[in-house]
Amino acid sequence: MARTASTKSTVRDVPASAITEAVARLCMSANTDLPDDVLQALKTARQKEESPGAQHVLNIIIENAQIAKSQSVPLCQDTGTTLVFVDLGQDAHIVGGSLDEAIQAGIRKGYNEGYLRKSIAKDPFTSRTNTGDNTPGMVHTEIVPGDKVKLTILPKGGGCENMSKLSMLRPADGRKGLVDFVVQSVEAAGGNPCPPVIVGVGVGGSADRAVLLAKRAIMRQPVGQHSPDPETAKLEEELLEKVNALGIGPQAWGGRTTALAVHVETFPTHITSLPVAVNIQCHSARQKTVVI
Amino acid sequence: MATTLLDITPPLTAEVLAKLHVGDHVTITGVIYTARDAAHKRLIEMLSQGKPLPFDIRGQIIYYVGPTPPKPGQVIGSAGPTTSYRMDPYTPPLLEAGLKGIVGKAGRGPAVREALVKNKAVYFGAVGGAGALLARYIKSAEVIAYEDLGTEAVRRLTVEKFPVIVVNDIYGGDALQEGKAKWRQPEVLAR
Repeated sequence: MARTASTKSTVRDVPASAITEAVARLCMSANTDLPDDVLQALKTARQKEESPGAQHVLNIIIENAQIAKSQSVPLCQDTGTTLVFVDLGQDAHIVGGSLDEAIQAGIRKGYNEGYLRKSIAKDPFTSRTNTGDNTPGMVHTEIVPGDKVKLTILPKGGGCENMSKLSMLRPADGRKGLVDFVVQSVEAAGGNPCPPVIVGVGVGGSADRAVLLAKRAIMRQPVGQHSPDPETAKLEEELLEKVNALGIGPQAWGGRTTALAVHVETFPTHITSLPVAVNIQCHSARQKTVVI
Repeated sequence: MATTLLDITPPLTAEVLAKLHVGDHVTITGVIYTARDAAHKRLIEMLSQGKPLPFDIRGQIIYYVGPTPPKPGQVIGSAGPTTSYRMDPYTPPLLEAGLKGIVGKAGRGPAVREALVKNKAVYFGAVGGAGALLARYIKSAEVIAYEDLGTEAVRRLTVEKFPVIVVNDIYGGDALQEGKAKWRQPEVLAR
């Protein structure tokens, strides 16, 4: 059916190949260039730390970031599961191939050309054979207004991802139950997620939504930026204070900096539910975004 | 900056192991072997079948690492430690077979900590996530077993002044428990 004159057609063609190229480039740069805000947060933590062991670890982490960027080598040997967040403008039209295949081809290309580690196992509970190219990535797509395609690549390390938690609290458990659950989750994780970490908390939604909120929470930039909602901001402050009072410290060798930040994202939820999800990001808090 | 007290070379003697205490900054020079989950599973199978392991494990150090592929001109890609608790089920038998040092990240469970004391072996921590920096201390890398496992193959590495700290010593000390106890603020947690 032809578009009528009154529809003012603003649909923009975006070649699938452009998406592949962008994903490949971002996979490579995300793995070598630590975001500036994260590096700055580590430097600030180093200034404030009182434990000599913790200062030593932070010095090494900061030096590692400088080496990785200047030599274009991966920050960490775990170049992660490739998480891909797509904000697809509803007036963008992908041509020349499927969006998903274009993204997977980009991951394949980036992980090959970038000498990145292939860390995906095909059959999770049987042979677990490596897929050899780091595909499939985990793709989340949102349809948004406009005609752009915004891509964010987030290489997520297994160590920190394995510390994810979800609890379907009762409304009666309330704010205190939420705080206790988050603090206990970080305590149980100990050194496994490579502290100092960024703690993402998702509150509300359905179970799946809460987990995704927690993941989006770790992506907030700049790290440490508070929620615009005053109650949520207060919660973030309290959680950060308590998490850092655990004394775990960088690499769990003891210290004041267990977390660089705690970010909380909320969403309306069922009248019987209080879902709380925790997602932990390691200090190699890698992410890169491009808008096509 | 922390001072390094000792540079150690495998195979580790009882005398050297006795000198190591929790929190000591140590460097390793010499040959170490790499293995992670998949390789450990195979090593334990070989042990239980009475078959020889791909290397003589007595006195040796295993480093839990799965490196990125080397770029042209590199000996090895980025090579920091992986999370150790995943290897816990496989560790006591290897300690009984003579393994004397392990380099990994974060804490071990009670069974492993007991086995370390019983077999007088030391667990060292390297800084997790410092993959680019730690690779600089690795001077050669050679796959010696399980090549099909790719990044998870058993490799023989030669290292020079590879920096670690003593997390669990032969005396039952635990740097992670001690560190946490020292810096914990119970009054803040109770609010």
